[in-house]
Amino acid sequence: MNQGKSRRQFLAAGLLSTLAVACNSKKTPFTPEEAVTESGEKVKLLSVDGEIIEVDKAFLKPVPHMPSVSNDEARKGIEGKKFAMVIDLSRCKNLKKCQSACNHVHHVNPDQNWIKVYQMQDAEKTAPYFQPTTCMHCDEPPCVKVCPVDATFKRQDGIVLIDSDRCIGCRFCMAACPYSTRVFNWDEPPMTEELSHSDYNAETSIPQKRGTVGKCDFCPDMTRMGMLPHCVSACPNGVFFFGDIIEDSVTNGSETFRFSDLVKDKAGYRLMEDLGTKPSVYYLPPVNRNFKFEEGLDKEVSSEKKS
Amino acid sequence: MEKIQKFSSEKIIHDLLPKKFGRRGMIWTGSLIIICCIGIVAYIQQLRKGLVVTNMGDYVSWGIYISNFVFFVAISLVGSLITAIFRLANVPWRTPLTRISEIIAVSAITFAALIIIIDMGRPERMFNLFIHGRIQSPIMWDVIVISTYFCTSLLLLYITLLPDIRIMISEREKLGKPFAKLYRWLGSYWKGTEEQEKLRDKSITIICIVIIPVAFCIHTVTSWLFATTYRPGWDSTNFGAYFVSGAFLVGAGGVVVAMWVFRKVYQLEHYITERHFDKMGKILVMLALLYLYFNVNEYLVPAFKMKKDEEEHLVGLFSGEFAHLFWFAIIVGMIIPILIVVFPKGRKPNAMFVAGVMVVVGAWFKRYLIVTPTLLHPFLPKFDAPLKYSHYFPSWQEWAITAGSLAGVLLIITFFARVFPIISIYKTITDHETEQPY
Repeated sequence: MNQGKSRRQFLAAGLLSTLAVACNSKKTPFTPEEAVTESGEKVKLLSVDGEIIEVDKAFLKPVPHMPSVSNDEARKGIEGKKFAMVIDLSRCKNLKKCQSACNHVHHVNPDQNWIKVYQMQDAEKTAPYFQPTTCMHCDEPPCVKVCPVDATFKRQDGIVLIDSDRCIGCRFCMAACPYSTRVFNWDEPPMTEELSHSDYNAETSIPQKRGTVGKCDFCPDMTRMGMLPHCVSACPNGVFFFGDIIEDSVTNGSETFRFSDLVKDKAGYRLMEDLGTKPSVYYLPPVNRNFKFEEGLDKEVSSEKKS
Repeated sequence: MEKIQKFSSEKIIHDLLPKKFGRRGMIWTGSLIIICCIGIVAYIQQLRKGLVVTNMGDYVSWGIYISNFVFFVAISLVGSLITAIFRLANVPWRTPLTRISEIIAVSAITFAALIIIIDMGRPERMFNLFIHGRIQSPIMWDVIVISTYFCTSLLLLYITLLPDIRIMISEREKLGKPFAKLYRWLGSYWKGTEEQEKLRDKSITIICIVIIPVAFCIHTVTSWLFATTYRPGWDSTNFGAYFVSGAFLVGAGGVVVAMWVFRKVYQLEHYITERHFDKMGKILVMLALLYLYFNVNEYLVPAFKMKKDEEEHLVGLFSGEFAHLFWFAIIVGMIIPILIVVFPKGRKPNAMFVAGVMVVVGAWFKRYLIVTPTLLHPFLPKFDAPLKYSHYFPSWQEWAITAGSLAGVLLIITFFARVFPIISIYKTITDHETEQPY
């Protein structure tokens, strides 16, 4: 039921934005586009009705990756959702695939990272472990509290995003965030030709802009398409589980759990609970680990050499 | 104590009217302008390349710009101390000090506002503060109270200046042409009638009452920029009072230095007397002791507990990376000035000048210590970030802009003293006519 509704919504949103794109382009939609000569090579496609149809390859054109939502919509978020992440520390081997996928998709400055994989050891005698951190998407976000211009905001689906077109670069949010999650674009961020012409979209967080703050966004553009954030799908060890607290389910792509059971059974916890920030990211303690801590260290040595 | 003389109003006017710069004045002003220009060049570079020209990073995301901002806000508080508090308390010897402290306040708060804009990543979006402003944010509080304080201070300076402008208009032969138009534009309507005087007196009293809470607000809110975060070293309920007491200390120190300089340069020995230094010295000791008291609270109480997150920060200050600066700020900025000034011999002008300079310099570094070390000790380890982010030393552009802003404050004060009498002529005449002058 819920899924049907969201699919309808998705289709409607897609249709609307296609229209919007069509209206925005200078060409009227009724004049034929430049003549295409048939290549003679046919491609089989699945139509919306479920029939298999054949189209000449020359007619195939790449569709924009994502119907972009308006700034207002991006600020509201997806109704009836409350996104959460569960990070299973017992599975993390410090491969940092999450990090590289995230950096790649969001065109993060090569030196900086939105996802950081910390080597943690809480006390001298306790076990070391690897702790990937994303933005915690707090329910009482200290960063949002201090932002003077509402450039960083909390949505109804629990996600904290940044409007880089509004950010004045005062960096108060960075001082306020206890999780060292936020990074600043001190320099011109790396940019592809195509990207530099597109408008900023708070849901994709690209293109990043000089003099503004950036951070993990829980990939709401993927979520809108019913897909998982890039870090979740990039992790070969299934460390990251993503899902909706209202639906009470989280998945890493191959396994799906009831969120409440998973957190209860495995004694999930959140970082710096005492600060009262109420994060949306839960951690499962590093017990019965799939890998030895030392195995993860190899990765660290090689990456150090690289830098 | 030296003998106190009563002067005729002619002599007072002659002594206190603004004078042209001499050779030394030209060199002083010229060097300040050059320092400002270097700062402007550095800022243009920063505007073109972005904040990447600074050495700030994702950990030390606030550097000397912000500590310099805190310093300016602090020193500007003195306007309210000397003028408003002394007036309401009816301190009789305040006359030669009020205008000095007011112009320090106005120029420092002007540059505090400028420095905040310089620190912004997107200064061209400043208008967003008015279009999208969120009143929940302490930055908005700061914008509101600082602009209020700026306007109130300017008004106080202006209203107290009115009778002097009248005197200057009437003395135009002596003063010559250069600023005659400015004086007329500013104060030709002021005739000094009984009605006007009454109105002026009332206005000053009202402003003096209003400016005290506003002054407390500017520095309390500035302290809240830090205290409203969770970070060790900032997360303190002591912060408002700690900042305000420190601000009064550095302000008093600044006034002492300015008193000494103006007395020397303009030969004001008969107006700013040794008694004034003596009185200011006593106030300086009291304020330094008060600030020291808040420092004990601020550092020793958390040090007694040594919570894990605080430990790294405190050890860094007491014996680590920042120890030399920390002890410099405590010993040179507070303890030695107290030891100098607590004895009557230390309250002579020259000794006071040395103590005043120590207080001001110590206070500047103190602000740096409040901002930077905390940012270098985040809750989670410094990891997966460029190595250069884990240390901070300002780049030449940051130094140039900071030096330029300090020079800018001095430049405003210098130009003001060129155009207007730095001691109220009108009030001095009244003092000499009516009661025992100080």
